[in-house]
Amino acid sequence: MSAFADWDWDIGSKRIADIEALKKDYQWIEEIHVSPNGESSAVIVNIDEGEFNVCVNGTPWREEPFDKMWNLHYSPDGRLTAIVSEMGEWTMAVDGESWSNTFGYLWKPLFSNDGKTIAAAFQQEMKYGMVVNDVPWENTFGNMTCPTLSKDGTNCSATVQTVETSQAEIFEFQKGSYSVAQNGVVWDRNFVNVWNMSISNDGKAVAAEVRLNLYDYTIAVNGKPWDTIFSCVWEPIFHPDNQSVIAPVRINGKWTLAQDGKIAWGGRFVQLWSPKVLPDGKHMAAIVAPSFGKWTVAVDSVPWKTCFNEMVTDLVFNETGSRIAALGKNNGRWTVIVNGTSWNNSFNRAWTPVFSANGQYVAAKVETNGKYSIAVNDQVWSQSYDAIWGPVFSPDSTKILCCSSSNGKIDRQVIPVKTILK
Amino acid sequence: MSEQVNKIVDKGLDQGVINLTQERIEKAINQVLNKEAGARLKSYVETCVHCGMCSEACHVYLSKDKDPIYSPAGKVKRTLSEMIQKKGKVSPEFIREASIIASTECNLCKRCAMYCPFGIDVAYLLLLVRRICHLCGVTPLYIQDTAHSHSVTMNQMWVKDDEWIDTLQWQEEEAQAEIPNLRIPLEKEGADIMYSVIGPEPKFQAHLIYYMSVIMKAAGIDWTMPATPGWDNSDMAMYTGDNEIMGRVKRMHFDTAARLKVNRIIMGECGHAFRSVHDMGNRWLGYKLPPIPVIHAIEFYHELLSSGKIKIKDQYDKKVTLHDPCNVIRGRGLGELSRKVVNTLCSNFVEMTPNREHNYCCNAGGGVINTGPPFKNKRVLSNRIKAEQMAATGADVVISPCHNCHSGLEDIVHHYKLNMEVKFIGEIIYNHMEKPTA
Repeated sequence: MSAFADWDWDIGSKRIADIEALKKDYQWIEEIHVSPNGESSAVIVNIDEGEFNVCVNGTPWREEPFDKMWNLHYSPDGRLTAIVSEMGEWTMAVDGESWSNTFGYLWKPLFSNDGKTIAAAFQQEMKYGMVVNDVPWENTFGNMTCPTLSKDGTNCSATVQTVETSQAEIFEFQKGSYSVAQNGVVWDRNFVNVWNMSISNDGKAVAAEVRLNLYDYTIAVNGKPWDTIFSCVWEPIFHPDNQSVIAPVRINGKWTLAQDGKIAWGGRFVQLWSPKVLPDGKHMAAIVAPSFGKWTVAVDSVPWKTCFNEMVTDLVFNETGSRIAALGKNNGRWTVIVNGTSWNNSFNRAWTPVFSANGQYVAAKVETNGKYSIAVNDQVWSQSYDAIWGPVFSPDSTKILCCSSSNGKIDRQVIPVKTILK
Repeated sequence: MSEQVNKIVDKGLDQGVINLTQERIEKAINQVLNKEAGARLKSYVETCVHCGMCSEACHVYLSKDKDPIYSPAGKVKRTLSEMIQKKGKVSPEFIREASIIASTECNLCKRCAMYCPFGIDVAYLLLLVRRICHLCGVTPLYIQDTAHSHSVTMNQMWVKDDEWIDTLQWQEEEAQAEIPNLRIPLEKEGADIMYSVIGPEPKFQAHLIYYMSVIMKAAGIDWTMPATPGWDNSDMAMYTGDNEIMGRVKRMHFDTAARLKVNRIIMGECGHAFRSVHDMGNRWLGYKLPPIPVIHAIEFYHELLSSGKIKIKDQYDKKVTLHDPCNVIRGRGLGELSRKVVNTLCSNFVEMTPNREHNYCCNAGGGVINTGPPFKNKRVLSNRIKAEQMAATGADVVISPCHNCHSGLEDIVHHYKLNMEVKFIGEIIYNHMEKPTA
């Protein structure tokens, strides 16, 4: 796929596929997927009992059908992947070509940011591991959870069970049977539990939530736990500049942020999660509940004044970190909040906000009464569709790319941002 | 001392007590009493006038010939009151006994709270005892193992990530033999509904997922199931007092629904899971209510039947009665809806007495059945009143829209030779609905 800047950014619309027309040729068609550049769409189709294929822009992926397939995804580089089964064995198919290795089961496809690395979890003869670009780990384990791939694709890690315990051997379990395998190589110590790991930008370090016994929680980095113990912790992140690790921690029934085991924020919250380091490396943001049942975003420990009574999700920021946005839900209605100011429009549903490169615009896919549209800076596009993929801002921030579906026809559209901003 | 307590061997309790020190007991009790419980505990302790009106509400007390040690107030007196009076200076053996009382003699069913003139919630008080026992490391073996399963897999049955997906695909294929183009859509972002179940369904009762997939297909529902952990709505950590794991499991469930961008979570026929998403787990996380609406199967079935999305071709004609699961009837007020559903499905329905929010607990809920084989006999013997209530209906079938109730009632039916079948509502819908052919 061409580079982001080289995508077709000419204003206009073009038909990508007519999914409706496919229906007459197949028993059923599954969910529609659209490539990042909007130039192709794909669906899994059922030909007959035990015969599946993918149609890309209406054309079958390959001549021979698969016995079973699922988990269709476009990689960030535009390659199309699916988990497929032939003769009772599972593997990954990329652009219609199956990997050489097959497994008892395969799931959880993961992609590096550039899309060049594709990984998945596998089970083979009741042993578990990860396969990365068709190369399976040499070491396999009795169980595996939390598969994770670094942004650069060089580090694939997961929580693994290193000690087999019999059913209901609770005291053996409490000695610790779980660790992290980094590219298949296990940390040199076990924990009672290991969850939600994060991998540093250079792919060299892994931080994870760990439970040392039934009561003591902390963060372990490359197998070494922080010296400080907490009554609970949530997902850690690496500081992009200095490799320090930041995580939500619970002390005396309240949550705050800690950095390398030391308390980093003065505020105490009923809840705190999804921490982010802003691009300047100086500021941090997180989703918080300042009081019971009130949700917002806190920046450097200071919560925004606007709160939501149901939930806040999808915390994002622009390239400089000067603008922060999230989704908020009040009384069953979703909206977007930007730098503490909530949009006036609310929706049945809204998707992750997206900033333009210049930070001037924030857009989100939104749904109202079963129809989908795009809203930018609190203004809703006059067009609505059965489905929408996107939005994506052009590199110069003046246009929006999206794909839409009406009556099964998939169209790729590039529109000026000003079309939505009346 | 509870009868037979010393005869019951349970490694979780026996080994836990060996590991226990006086210092740890005091630390655990004082942490819960002074840092976690707060004004609610204080007001309950200071309000109770020992009137005994809670006694007649308790199925264990009634089943044990009204022995006062089994009254709700009696169970508090034997556990928490002693801990408070002695400021935590109680023995390891006392903690063992307290764990047995809190985990096997009270189902946290809250019936007694309705009969208390002051509304004192004894379930809350005995949950505090369970919390203390958890902090002491003295919890019955089998339910502790279940909590461990939750911590590792985020489900209660040690179902591995691949086993879950494989089971759904297997059930989809099974159902396709009946309805060729039926699907169990996995990871469908933006679906209207995420359907969630409890661990035993993929482990032992996968046919229930099959039934629901047929119901979804017939009703034309836009639905999905996750292919990741977060699919299990149950939460036995809630009942061991491991509140941190309870919250973690609930967060995973809600986050999964939020990731899939669904409008609603529909949950299967389970009671305690509903309590965990609507009362305890959500609140530990800071949510007043579930952040994504969670609809119990009873409400969902009513919606489908009353809207005509599901049509019944012939009513079930066996004589049926209905068990009211505590967590969704007393806890959620679904008593009338469940009757509307049952009357739509069945032509010969008789009530148990008492019923609705006054119904007797199954004695399996509150995690009691999850304490496993060591306590099974005690559990069944402690609910004679339920067996008598069921027998008095003369019904052939007892409908129970809750998994734990279902299993507990089967044990009672077997022990007391009631000659009744126990059924889920979904099972009856599946067998009596108009089904699509494609």
